[in-house]
Amino acid sequence: MISCAEAVKELWEFLDQTLAPDDQAAVDEHLAFCRRCCGELQFARELRAFLATNASRELPSEVRGRLTQFIVDLDRNGRPS
Amino acid sequence: MTNKSEASAFQQMAVEHLPGLFALARHLTDADADAEDLVQEALLKAYRSFGSLEEPAAAGRWMRVILTNLWRDRMRKRGRSPREVPFDDVDDFSLYGTLVEEDPFPYSDTLHLDFLGSFSEEDVHMVLRRLPELYRAPLVLRYIEEFATKEVARLLDVPLGTALARLHRGRKLFEKAMWDYANETNAFTSEAAAVRGCR
Repeated sequence: MISCAEAVKELWEFLDQTLAPDDQAAVDEHLAFCRRCCGELQFARELRAFLATNASRELPSEVRGRLTQFIVDLDRNGRPS
Repeated sequence: MTNKSEASAFQQMAVEHLPGLFALARHLTDADADAEDLVQEALLKAYRSFGSLEEPAAAGRWMRVILTNLWRDRMRKRGRSPREVPFDDVDDFSLYGTLVEEDPFPYSDTLHLDFLGSFSEEDVHMVLRRLPELYRAPLVLRYIEEFATKEVARLLDVPLGTALARLHRGRKLFEKAMWDYANETNAFTSEAAAVRGCR
């Protein structure tokens, strides 16, 4: 069986299912026996979800205003004025 | 643009996707002014090739691909040499393990969730900007924009194996940068935690 260090290195790839089938199975086998690595796996899952939902998507109003005007100018002139 | 209704459709679509486009540009670039400039360039290119958009429902994704391609071309033109990070520096770092060992919230039953809860959206952005763009871009495209790994490789114009390696290193760098950022910004004080609503 692979070690904790080896399993931990591959957890995100395991979640992404980008490991080779044998490596995916090896991590799976390790997780069936190792509570600590299950904690690592759960945290990797939470961190992925956190990144997807907490990355700033704010559009400051002044930037929105300038970009909206840019779009309007595209429509009006066929290219920005 | 051939007619008025097509122009109107473009305008509606572009305005709708502005927040997402600006967010992507902001994550990819090092300065907000560069991000706005990149969005303008993407809008112009999208406007000129709007007729090639076959499926209106895919407009957001189509524009994000345009923006990412423009960003990649800019990087090439500027001849910016990617900043490599020695792998040994980060490969053994485990944020999960560090939190268990350092226990920054000693009275918490949900230590790891409290740690994540101590970050605002802007904090996440600031952490991402600390990463070299070589590793930041695949991370942003895969986990924030949710492109498949193969698409990330295509967008960055690198072999799949290279994209996978950069994603791996990017994740490690991100974990380390989160830990460093939290320490530097005193995110572990009870006052900071309370302000951010994780207590």
